[in-house]
Amino acid sequence: MKSRFRVGTWGLEIFTALIFLAVLLPFYIVVVSSSKSALEITTNPLGLPADWNNLWINISSIWNNDNIHYQSSFIATVIVTAVSLMLINVLAAQAAWVLVRTKTKLSSFIFLLFVASMVIPFQIVMLPLVSWFKTLYDFTGVKLLREYAGVFLAYVGFGSAFSLFMFHGFIKGIPLELEEAAQIDGCSQFSTFYRVVFPILKPIHATVAILNGIWIWNDYLLPLLLLGKGNRLMTVPLAVANFAGSYVKQWDLIMTAILMAMVPVVVAFLLAQKYIVKGMVAGSIK
Amino acid sequence: MICRAKHSPVFWLFLSPVLLAFVLVIVVPFFMGAYFSFTDWSSSAANQGGLNYVGVVNYQKSLVDPKFLTSFIVTSVYTVTNMLAVNVVAFGLALLVSSQIKGRNIYRAGFFIPNLIGGLVLGFVWQFIFNKAVPYLGPLLGLPALANPDNFLLNITTFGNSFAIGGLLSLVIVGTWQSAGYIMMIYLAAIQSVPVELHEAAQIDGAGPGLRLWKITVPMVAQAFTVTTFLTLINSFKQYDVNVSLTQGGPSVMINDQAVAGTQLLAKNIYDTAFTGTNNMAQGQARSVIFFFVLVIISIVQVTVSKKREVEL
Repeated sequence: MKSRFRVGTWGLEIFTALIFLAVLLPFYIVVVSSSKSALEITTNPLGLPADWNNLWINISSIWNNDNIHYQSSFIATVIVTAVSLMLINVLAAQAAWVLVRTKTKLSSFIFLLFVASMVIPFQIVMLPLVSWFKTLYDFTGVKLLREYAGVFLAYVGFGSAFSLFMFHGFIKGIPLELEEAAQIDGCSQFSTFYRVVFPILKPIHATVAILNGIWIWNDYLLPLLLLGKGNRLMTVPLAVANFAGSYVKQWDLIMTAILMAMVPVVVAFLLAQKYIVKGMVAGSIK
Repeated sequence: MICRAKHSPVFWLFLSPVLLAFVLVIVVPFFMGAYFSFTDWSSSAANQGGLNYVGVVNYQKSLVDPKFLTSFIVTSVYTVTNMLAVNVVAFGLALLVSSQIKGRNIYRAGFFIPNLIGGLVLGFVWQFIFNKAVPYLGPLLGLPALANPDNFLLNITTFGNSFAIGGLLSLVIVGTWQSAGYIMMIYLAAIQSVPVELHEAAQIDGAGPGLRLWKITVPMVAQAFTVTTFLTLINSFKQYDVNVSLTQGGPSVMINDQAVAGTQLLAKNIYDTAFTGTNNMAQGQARSVIFFFVLVIISIVQVTVSKKREVEL
């Protein structure tokens, strides 16, 4: 009985390891393909590259190619992701806090409105959004299309419902005594939130930031509509789509561009892994 | 507290930025869009004189367009297939990584990693795999037929050239690869919350692993099934990025002697209707309204059905 059990777990372990390798195979293909020359990738699409130094050559030719605009797109994506995440994390957290701590009909109605808005697909608002941003420009002179400002605004608008929902769930679990003590000590509501509550929210901040970060970093449709392909301001997915969608496929360089788009999110995930897994599951089971 | 007004200034101060963004990018465009779908809205130049109300013409035209109808059928097939595939694979993976195997934490993280990669970038990776790697590997594995990329997956059609089964299957493969790890995490949390005592008691009563899985684990994670089927249904139905980069809607199929994009999902059909060729924004918008209502109906039906099943168990 005992030996059969051992064989069973061994079989299971080998089976899992094989699946693991199969799941990661596309990543292997991206890495080795990024390290090959244009000729090598056709003659040997799967094997190890002849010379790993090709990786650096490919990276620098992507990074410095004026037609792909990878460098500016990469910087723009970092700015878009970082600023949008900061805005969402601060604004959604403070909104969630007043919604939890104010027990009125209006407050619960606003919360419900946000939750309900999560079923609205981007597709139904995307076309009028562009036309609405144009109208706003005509009336107020605030330029939102092809500018950072419009993208930040859009990500706060589309990301706040989900983030508010996550913060709301977390804040409900924070004991009220803490805040009452702060107020007895003379804290205003404003400083109660920023000095007492905000620091406690650290784990949920990490979860919200990573989940929104995966979305914003990789998003294609929203920047496509608000920034447009091939303009001065582009994000990485737009640049990759522009370059990889062309008729002649330079697979070695496409794979390098893809690799460079993947690395930041994968690194961020590995650094903040425990928060993501915990928070993501907590948010979805409730 | 008693003396204070019902909603303090801080209430509005803290709430106004998200409310403003919400109104500006969701509420206003939502109602504008509803109105636009009843007009002759097209590229900006054509609408210099303002929009004209045209009634339900955009809806009528959409509902008789073979491209839209095909895309509806294709999206339904894709959604159901992808939902089943993702959930079966994810549940299997969750069982594996919740067992006592060595290195299960590494497996958990590893299976999740595909979910970090954006659909657009992913589509290109898999295009390379389907079009370059598989034709290269085929002959080496003794399958010379795979050597010709034209014969392979992305280009296979069936039912007298009217259904692009290969392209659709490849979308499902990529969709499953991408999201199974995420759904696995939800199953994993549910499996881990099942009390160990239940399994021990059943084991003492002589229940084998299969029986325990079916009689304990599956019913106990019923709540997770509600969430996972909901998420996969909605996300599959909204799929756009992979569609754009992997198949571009191709290959063409023949519907009533008319060439129609065989793997064009609804989200892509909406975008293409609005921007390509005829530049018909109003009809694109009408399609997105239909898309929205179908999505709402699916959500309501799915949640009602799963909740009912949850209670019965």
